Amino acid sequence: MAYKIKASDCTACGACEAECPNNAISFKKGAYAIDPATCTECKGQFSSPQCASVCPADCCVPA
Amino acid sequence: MGNVISLDSILGLGELKAPADTPAPAAASGCASSSCGSSDGPADMDPAVWEKVKNHPCYSEEAHHYFARMHVAVAPACNIQCNYCNRKYDCSNESRPGVVSEKLTPEQAIRKIMAVSAEIPQLSVIGIAGPGDSLAAGGKNTFKTFEMLQKKAPDLKLCLSTNGLALPDHVDTIAQYNIDHVTITINMVDPEVGQHIYPWIFHDHKRWTGLDAAKILHERQMLGLEMLTSRGILVKVNSVMIPGINDEHLMDVNKAVKARGAFLHNIMPLISDPAHGTHFGLTGQRGPTAQELKVLQDQCEGGAKLMRHCRQCRADAVGLLGEDRGSEFTIDRIDAMEEIDYDREAARTYREHVEAERAERHASKAAAQADVAETVGTAVDPILIAVATKGGERINEHFGHAKEFQIYEVGPKGAKFVGHRRVDQYCEGGSGDEDALDTVLSAINDCTAVFVAKVGGCPSKKLQAAGIEPVDRFAFEYIEESALTYFKDYAERLGQGAVNARAGQDAVIRTGAFTAKRA
Ligand code: SF4
Ligand code: SF4
Ligand code: SF4
Repeated sequence: MAYKIKASDCTACGACEAECPNNAISFKKGAYAIDPATCTECKGQFSSPQCASVCPADCCVPA
Repeated sequence: MGNVISLDSILGLGELKAPADTPAPAAASGCASSSCGSSDGPADMDPAVWEKVKNHPCYSEEAHHYFARMHVAVAPACNIQCNYCNRKYDCSNESRPGVVSEKLTPEQAIRKIMAVSAEIPQLSVIGIAGPGDSLAAGGKNTFKTFEMLQKKAPDLKLCLSTNGLALPDHVDTIAQYNIDHVTITINMVDPEVGQHIYPWIFHDHKRWTGLDAAKILHERQMLGLEMLTSRGILVKVNSVMIPGINDEHLMDVNKAVKARGAFLHNIMPLISDPAHGTHFGLTGQRGPTAQELKVLQDQCEGGAKLMRHCRQCRADAVGLLGEDRGSEFTIDRIDAMEEIDYDREAARTYREHVEAERAERHASKAAAQADVAETVGTAVDPILIAVATKGGERINEHFGHAKEFQIYEVGPKGAKFVGHRRVDQYCEGGSGDEDALDTVLSAINDCTAVFVAKVGGCPSKKLQAAGIEPVDRFAFEYIEESALTYFKDYAERLGQGAVNARAGQDAVIRTGAFTAKRA
């Protein structure tokens, strides 16, 4: 299970990248993206997915 | 360089040769003027504070005529949501919604600063104010930029702006990088009020909403403010005035931040337009009128010193407050530039000349004021005067070219700068001259006179018809001295019944930051 970023709504602010406990988010080819292999949905780490909680555009969603 | 108050124009002012150790403009001794924001210098300000702010264009009313500041947009992330912000654009605490700054990496920011300092020796302040929150996402880019800057150009002042949520975590780092000015945007000191301004915050790995969110934000803001002032770091507080939500409450904010040591409080009008896509824009929440803003600012006078010359400039603004040269220094151009070294000598020479001129100005202002006090007495109510100026504290702009008017209040107690009114037409394209003139009239409708270097016959008639006297006889003179001379004459005419006092008028605030470019 993993989260993904809806690129069309993303403002490229980078807030999610800074919050991800697993470094699953990176800026590649002009857009932020979540690596599904690394994303854990923050399970066992935090009560809610960090990227979705901080995202101002509500564009971090379950893949 | 253009004809705004360029280095050449200052250096060309006679043979103003500054002695090596010009005394600080303590000439304010004779200036028993009213408490006019921060323009008085040592007379009513802690000397240590004055020393820190006197060359800071955003904090010292006097310095904003002479020095330039620059914001670099290295901090796009934010940790809260404000109802007046659309996060597709820049942080509207510090800049105009609807404008997107060019996001820079810290390395690009340094190149840009070096390029600008080579062009503009007036540059004295580098700020980080967004486009998001400078301390969100761990403040990584912000502090990296400051670290590099401190090595390259240690005499530039550093400042940052924040919503305060992450502030307590970073106070030590702020002190370590010698950042001596911090701006916190504080719109409330009561979570009941705050819940209508902030829908959510992200704090301690959690998204908080409603009253809880506002309560945490409030506590963190107050804590951060106290931590900074107790370390001797200057703190300015910005507040956005939102009619019906926090307008009266801002008096409590004023008291609360003053009690915690903030040295300036800047009340800014809400910028709200449906086109910006902000919550307030969409709900039709209006911003205040010029008089509403002024009345609130007047009521807060005596609390934390108010700053009235803030133009809500963009996060990547470059230049003297009021002129934005950002477009001359875009990423493409900077990347194409060769490595530029910081020229400390040019900056030092410039600062020395300014010191000398300021000392002279303090003396002449005091003389003009004494004259008015003697001849007019205290019976006449103060009036507002709109001034067309390009800087240098002189009346040196043509009426028709003015993109904004500086507003001075002049009365028996002296002349003081109380704000400015923008008349630039940045978002409505294609409006004719007639409309432009109407915009100007509605923007300065509460003024008795408008001081200009020159004004055409037609606008002159329209101004008179609207009850605003166009005055060009002080062309290229200093503003405050001219205002006092005018007031003396006005008081005389008032006494003879030749003019009527102008009361009860209001004016319209142009929304958005000042983005005029030099011609
Ligand atoms: S859900 Fe958690 S682990 Fe997955 S990308 Fe978001 S922050 Fe990272
Ligand atoms: S926090 Fe949201 S808007 Fe910002 S970069 Fe991540 S996905 Fe995009
Ligand atoms: S702090 Fe600034 S960037 Fe963050 S939501 Fe508020 S106005 Fe927008």
